[in-house]
Amino acid sequence: MCSLCGILGGNEHWADAVARPGVFTRNVERVDRRRERANRVRIANTMLARFGLTLADWQGASFVLSTRTGKSEIIEDLGHLWPAAERLCGRVCDPLDRAFIAVAEED
Amino acid sequence: MAEEIPLLTPINLLTGFLGSGKTTLLSRLLADPALSDAAVLINEFGEVGLDHHLVERIDDTMVLLQSGCLCCTVRGELADAIKDLHSKRERGLVPPFRRIVVESTGLADPFPVLSTIKADPVLRHHFRPGNVITTVDAVNGLTQLETYVESNRQAAVADRLVVTKSDLADVGVVAALSVKLRIINPDAPLALAADPAIDLAALIDERPTLRANGLQSASGFYCDGPAVLTTADGTAHASAVTSFVMTMERAVDWTAFGLWLTMLLNRHGERVLRVKGILNIVGEERPVAIHGVQHLVHTPVHMERWPDDDRHSRIVFIVDGLDVGLLKRSFEAFALDRTPVHAAGVAEEPVLQERLSSP
Repeated sequence: MCSLCGILGGNEHWADAVARPGVFTRNVERVDRRRERANRVRIANTMLARFGLTLADWQGASFVLSTRTGKSEIIEDLGHLWPAAERLCGRVCDPLDRAFIAVAEED
Repeated sequence: MAEEIPLLTPINLLTGFLGSGKTTLLSRLLADPALSDAAVLINEFGEVGLDHHLVERIDDTMVLLQSGCLCCTVRGELADAIKDLHSKRERGLVPPFRRIVVESTGLADPFPVLSTIKADPVLRHHFRPGNVITTVDAVNGLTQLETYVESNRQAAVADRLVVTKSDLADVGVVAALSVKLRIINPDAPLALAADPAIDLAALIDERPTLRANGLQSASGFYCDGPAVLTTADGTAHASAVTSFVMTMERAVDWTAFGLWLTMLLNRHGERVLRVKGILNIVGEERPVAIHGVQHLVHTPVHMERWPDDDRHSRIVFIVDGLDVGLLKRSFEAFALDRTPVHAAGVAEEPVLQERLSSP
């Protein structure tokens, strides 16, 4: 059961709630916020590449997750990333998968 | 007039296996001045509610949830009951309670209660999860922990462990139980209910666990290494629920860590009973404390300072049947800072000088 199901309105994901420039900011430090998002997209893409998926920032408000054939889904925050990734690529995204870890260790 | 109602009213969960003395402890807690302003929700399993007859204080702020197992009805009944209390408090129909204590049934997995508080759109703006207090019966606790997964889960998510009926059990049995509990949950302070000097207020006192001010738990640090229980032939005791501590030399990349932990919890959340840690984040002077129970991760706390000179990140995982070795490898592969660590005095400059000076 996902505790994020059934939430109305904007959600505050825990990963967005660290008092650090670019994270957990509202209307200040816009450049830092965009930089942090760009960094998140970059790191996420190194992980998602193995599943044939790419993530892109959308207007600094959402993210767009896409397959190589263009099938896409808009996600709000990290809480929705992995369930959406599994739906789009049709397999499980398991960080404890030996092959997945081995690839990351080589990088 | 009582003190002001807190912005976010804490909700304490009192859990523990069937017959482990939850209600007895609740009666004692309610008699304590620290909990004099608490509202109580009692959840009963079975057709006839009995537990509430054992609790002496019956008033407007005590609600009996009678439809049975808390985990099944949690989205409905518990949320409704808390909202109802909130509404009545706002309208002045009940005394202005400053805390809610939820007593769960002995068979409940405590996670859905915490999840409800965080997920419900109304509740999460008025309430927050407080300490989870788990009672473990000294006489039957060991057997229950060996037999019932619920019992393990209850012990694993506890912020405070209370061993009850220790006066009825052998000293050796109590010691063995304590060791077993330390393996499942190395951090939660452990109290004996039979101890006349037991500090009941400390059970609901969250300050040491928040640690925003650098305070540490009674055990020194909440990532103390777990004791290893061995069988008579000296081999480690087999148990699906294990806890382990990871200590990292390299700093943690917050962004990568967030991606990794959400990925882990998405796939294995139900088996990650607890994750607690203090992280040395890249580019941060101050440590960040993280705390999660299954799919639920609390808002990370930016601590004011490091508790001591040790700047290593430390994380405790309490997992149910996950491969510990793989989890460690996965964490190191994904969540740590990938910047290569340069040894002091890298040989780049001399090489450059050599080139410049050569004809």
